[in-house]
Amino acid sequence: MTSFDVIAIGGGHNGLVAAATLAKAGRKVVVLEAASAVGGAARTEEFAPGFRVSAVAHLLNRLHPDVVKTLELEKHGLQFARTDFLPSVALSTGGPALVLYGAYGEVLTGASSAEQSAWKELRAQLLRYAGILKPFLSRRPPDLAGMSFKETAALGQAALSLKKLGKEDMRDFLRVLLMNVADLLDEQLADDRLKGLLAFDATLGSHLGPRSPTSLLGLYYRLAGEAGGAAGAQLLPRGGMGAVVTAIRAAAEKAGVTIRTSISVAKIIVENGRAAGVALDNSEVLRARTIVSAINPATTLLDLVGPREIDTGFLRKVKNIRMKGDAAKLHLALDRPPQFTGADAADHKGRLVIAPSPDHVERAFNPSKYGEFSPEPVMEITLPSLADPSLAPSGACVLSAVVQYAPYQLKDGWNAGKPKLLKAIMAQLESYAPGIGKTVQHSELLTPVDIEARYRIPGGHWHHGELQADQMLISRPVSGWSGYDTPLDGLFLAGAGSHPGGGVSGAPGLNAARRIIAMKG
Amino acid sequence: MAQATRKKPTSKAADPIVSARITAQSHFRTLRFGTPFQPRIDALAKTQDWYNWAGYRAPYSLWDEELEYFAIRSQAALFDISPMTKYRVEGPGAEAFLDRVTLRDVTKLKPGRVHYTAWCDDEGFVLDDGTLFRLSPTRFRLCSQERHLPWLLDSAIGFEVTVEEETEAVAGLALQGPTSFAVLRDAGFIGIEKLKAFDLAEFEHDGATLTISRTGFTGDLGYELFFSADQALSLWDRLMTAGEPRGIRAIGYTALNRARLEAGLIVANADFTTAEHAIRADRLRMPDEIGLGFMVDAEKDHFNGRRAILEARARRKLRHVLVGLEIEGNIPAEHAIVYCKKSQEVGLVSAAMWSPMAKRNIAIASLARPYGDTMVEDLWVEIYAMRELQYQKLMKRAKVVQRPFIKLDRRTANPPADF
Repeated sequence: MTSFDVIAIGGGHNGLVAAATLAKAGRKVVVLEAASAVGGAARTEEFAPGFRVSAVAHLLNRLHPDVVKTLELEKHGLQFARTDFLPSVALSTGGPALVLYGAYGEVLTGASSAEQSAWKELRAQLLRYAGILKPFLSRRPPDLAGMSFKETAALGQAALSLKKLGKEDMRDFLRVLLMNVADLLDEQLADDRLKGLLAFDATLGSHLGPRSPTSLLGLYYRLAGEAGGAAGAQLLPRGGMGAVVTAIRAAAEKAGVTIRTSISVAKIIVENGRAAGVALDNSEVLRARTIVSAINPATTLLDLVGPREIDTGFLRKVKNIRMKGDAAKLHLALDRPPQFTGADAADHKGRLVIAPSPDHVERAFNPSKYGEFSPEPVMEITLPSLADPSLAPSGACVLSAVVQYAPYQLKDGWNAGKPKLLKAIMAQLESYAPGIGKTVQHSELLTPVDIEARYRIPGGHWHHGELQADQMLISRPVSGWSGYDTPLDGLFLAGAGSHPGGGVSGAPGLNAARRIIAMKG
Repeated sequence: MAQATRKKPTSKAADPIVSARITAQSHFRTLRFGTPFQPRIDALAKTQDWYNWAGYRAPYSLWDEELEYFAIRSQAALFDISPMTKYRVEGPGAEAFLDRVTLRDVTKLKPGRVHYTAWCDDEGFVLDDGTLFRLSPTRFRLCSQERHLPWLLDSAIGFEVTVEEETEAVAGLALQGPTSFAVLRDAGFIGIEKLKAFDLAEFEHDGATLTISRTGFTGDLGYELFFSADQALSLWDRLMTAGEPRGIRAIGYTALNRARLEAGLIVANADFTTAEHAIRADRLRMPDEIGLGFMVDAEKDHFNGRRAILEARARRKLRHVLVGLEIEGNIPAEHAIVYCKKSQEVGLVSAAMWSPMAKRNIAIASLARPYGDTMVEDLWVEIYAMRELQYQKLMKRAKVVQRPFIKLDRRTANPPADF
């Protein structure tokens, strides 16, 4: 039997990034993936004969440049140019759409000139402030107990960049940091469509409405990401998100990583306070010096390690991680491309957002607090087959949409609720793209419960833990253990549940691997 | 004037919902609960000297704290331990659960045995100490000073076990002193002579079972009895009647506190601050810092605080040490500051007395390492003795000595002696 230095549990993109990075640093690494293919929620999957779509994550907007560099992903076929940047289109039922072009609205069209200059100022401010948070949202969180010189220096750098803002700007940065996004937008903008789009982006993937305190952080999180070297830019990878996974997988295999699929870990073996190996569901046992788990932190610690091997206080913290998803994913196989009102041909290749105003987003959020889905949901839509015809049969079209809000614990249960939510979504789509309903050949709606079951994401939450102030940075996944290590020697966490969070960034995987290397694990 | 400012009394029909709510919230009407023995204790309480023990009205003394102390050492003393927090831990996973919660190896605790143990939080700081009774292979009773139900319930996740508080349902008595064995025998508890120290067994009283263990908090021959609260009074009477010829006396806490100090035993939140009560970060204590390091079993399966404790040991991060002191003279050094070379403050006395049994002036103190650990020379305590509204400051030499301060052969003698 081959022996490995490192066992990576979970072949999602973070698991692969961690494995590849460790292998490049000389470790012998095996990746164990429970599904038949790697990639997790970033796979490209066929959902109807001839129709393929990015499974959960459908837009690339935060793949970390260090991941691209470390794994030389460009050599493995992942290359993007500015021309690939997609516009964001704020749809409206009457009149032309409002469109943000370039990297998160370098150019704004469809708004008044006063609004354009207000946006220019706000965009600059948002990017400036997100830039301050960016190092925090990419590096390992500071270790408050014993900070190394390097960490102290990095914190000093952040303090310096804060200082460089100037007194007024620094005050304003601190003032708005934990604000709700709706209030900030009301301060600076007038156009409801633009405000609705930003309110949607700030709350996408979280259990927050635009008027919930701290909802602005979600927008910073998004803008701290970049694509093709531009902050806030977004892309549709050719071949779907699975193409990104393919590139990472190729890098991992080139570095010597062994990948085993359709094999799930039943248990992490603990000996004398140390993770010593894993027991597989086929009762095979693998041992290694280091175990890195890129699956959900609660699954790792409560199910694989088990409560007996961890302290009660830590167990409490892990159990208290909030991770109930509030978003659904819709896939439609359409006879022909739909026509969204007010959007031109180029806009259709972009990200189409139905979020007419912050109030609308807020009202969509309200029912989810009480276990009900939004009767008038907000959503972001992509039509990936327009730019990449390989995803659909000739002339047909794929529609992929993230729909909010769809609470994991639906009061009436998802068996009864799912057809009703689909009906509500289709009604919403019909009013923005009249006639679309008649062209649907096949539809697939993934509620958080479906996402949980299919991708082994507890709660169906793609961040593997709500990304809110109390579950970020030094508190992610739990306070005291934000640095990728765990109370068990030799066990590390590398998934989206760890800092900085979800999205196809590879940052948790990269940071975890760097931590393991620093610990000589 | 008074009439002009007085509000007119409003007479309203009582709202049934409000009155039901008020009835359900009557807890504040009884600020200190009585124990199941309260009628007997009230009748004996000549000093009316009460304190609050975990919400119960408990006596410091009943008639004379000196004589109550000597009842422990030369007769038989009956002390009501009903207010002690008691948990019933039961199920096929009870052993594994307790092994993970507490420091000592519970797999080594046989049914019918009792051990003194402690438990810690994740950081290795002591949450409490207490006694663990193994009533059967799958049933335990955990007794402690503080309440821990939420901690125990969260710790039970993943174990096949139920944890229930039984403080109110189970009454307890400690019968301590040289004639305690004879009293129980004369009271008709057949087979009581078979109990060795830290043994427990079930006996019968009025058709119901009670548990008697040869345990106690005095360092003397003694027993503890646990039984259903509704049997409390008849059992009290049975013991008092049988014990009369052998000088049985009910006692209060002051007497017990002296006996326990002689025995070198510590009291949570008197000799150390429990982790959940400590507000100041430097008041937290690891087992090794309060003399409980011997309980830590690094060989057994995982237990709460293991990682932190072993790391603190390996990195020599233990900051305090709890020691027994012998102090020159005969003035109790209660809460005196401990000095090195009469000048450098190195610790504090948490309990002190002139010991009639040891004929020594003894104390328990917490010192900052290395004092009391590797540096034990030239230690002093400064005693503030109040003499007619003036402090007389006494600097007395202190010597680190072994605990217990007294060792009584009768505590462990088998069979127990008949006095």
